[in-house]
Amino acid sequence: MAPLFYILATVAILAALCLVLQRTPVYSALSLIVVLCSLAVIYLLLGAEFLAVIQVIIYAGAIMVLFVLVIMLLNARQETPTDRSRLARWLGAPLLLAFLGEVLFAVWQHFPPETGPAATALVGRPRAIGELLFRNYVLPFEVTSILILVAVLGAVVLAKKRL
Amino acid sequence: MAMRFDVLLPLLVILVKVGVVLVALLTTVAYAVWLERKVVARIQSRWGPYRVGPHGLLQPVADGLKIFFKEDIVPSDVDRLVFWAAPFIAFTLALVSISVIPFGGSITISGHTIPFQITDLNVGLLFVLAVTSLGVYGVALAGWSSNSKYPLLGGLRSSAQMISYELSLGLGVVGVVMLAGSLSLREIVERQSGLWNVFVQPVGFLLYFTAAIAETNRIPFDLPEGESELVAGFHTEYSSFKFAMFFMAEYANIVTVSCLATLLFFGGWLGPVFGPPTLRALLPVCWFCLKVFCFLFLYIWIRGTLPRFRYDQLMAFGWKFLLPVGLLNVLVTSLIVAWRST
Repeated sequence: MAPLFYILATVAILAALCLVLQRTPVYSALSLIVVLCSLAVIYLLLGAEFLAVIQVIIYAGAIMVLFVLVIMLLNARQETPTDRSRLARWLGAPLLLAFLGEVLFAVWQHFPPETGPAATALVGRPRAIGELLFRNYVLPFEVTSILILVAVLGAVVLAKKRL
Repeated sequence: MAMRFDVLLPLLVILVKVGVVLVALLTTVAYAVWLERKVVARIQSRWGPYRVGPHGLLQPVADGLKIFFKEDIVPSDVDRLVFWAAPFIAFTLALVSISVIPFGGSITISGHTIPFQITDLNVGLLFVLAVTSLGVYGVALAGWSSNSKYPLLGGLRSSAQMISYELSLGLGVVGVVMLAGSLSLREIVERQSGLWNVFVQPVGFLLYFTAAIAETNRIPFDLPEGESELVAGFHTEYSSFKFAMFFMAEYANIVTVSCLATLLFFGGWLGPVFGPPTLRALLPVCWFCLKVFCFLFLYIWIRGTLPRFRYDQLMAFGWKFLLPVGLLNVLVTSLIVAWRST
């Protein structure tokens, strides 16, 4: 499984770089889909089948479709770089380096992972996830759903001029 | 050496299975087109293809050869990368989803039990839905990259349609999943040994089937390619083998959707089994194929007899009728399941 993981990780990182460095919005969106799908396959390798499939359905199949749809509707071709944000130019690189350092430090600390894939195999089952979601974390789950409902109402009110 | 053989054998079995399923799927696709032309012709009091081979049986071969020798036209100012990628995305995804479909029980050859399925995921049903939900990219990207107004409109329409009907498709199968208590297609079929799900979940079946027709862009929901208004929709600018890939993807999707309908609602490969062991192993596959054939015929029948929806009717039907009915079905089913388990 290890070589497969490294291949997928490389694909994910390359696609992520492509996503950021790309000037054409559609290519960026497609790269993001590649990132999401390779992450899904990594979940699959870890035995979290449910999570992997849900990742594809929700992110790649639903949210990114909306992104692509909006890009198509606006017919955005190429982005032109602007010189507006000086702050970003001077602060961007140090902040990026700091963040990378933080991530590397966190990975380094746990480097030889002590829990094998056998332990995570049970976590990925639909029943286990359902029990976590609807027993242990039922309040955050319901609060999130109300938040989303409010957001939907807000979007409708903003978008529709007369109700 | 003996150990290496043990490692190689499963690999070989998988390769053979993939090969057999692919060949079977592509042959089904080719002859589904022939069947469609024949049946629609009979519905319209014509004969359909009759010249190539007896009853036009070699027509798919002739069509296939012809389409690959056609000139491959790429319009000016298309987004080349996406224009090329779109048919491949559509075709690959159409083929991938067949990998978790179980065709029958299992067969035992010299001590090895081989199930009639490429791979048995414990979330097989969700896997098919996930792959279907990605299928929209092929259509949407083809429409966008063609740099032409009709494909763009077709692509937009189809994206909106597929997103809308995916919800009803998902809600239609939730009832079946609740009854079976599993997302594995094999377990769902085995749970139906007493009574087929279509009798327990008739509303779920109607929801699933209606949404499935819309997902595969077929009449009466073929708005993305409504030729009277959009020329040919998203694939207007495509020709030669790239068009063929879209065409085969559409029919492969129809086959997958029919397989899923058979598995979820019509007991999959279950049916009367008798005779010697080999026949016992192969009969379920025959039952499965027969049921899938009935669905393919139903698809063609619907195509031959129903007119196309108007676009606003399609959207209103999806959101204002199918979705509420789906939610209600889920509610009632969950109440019954909860009441039974107490």
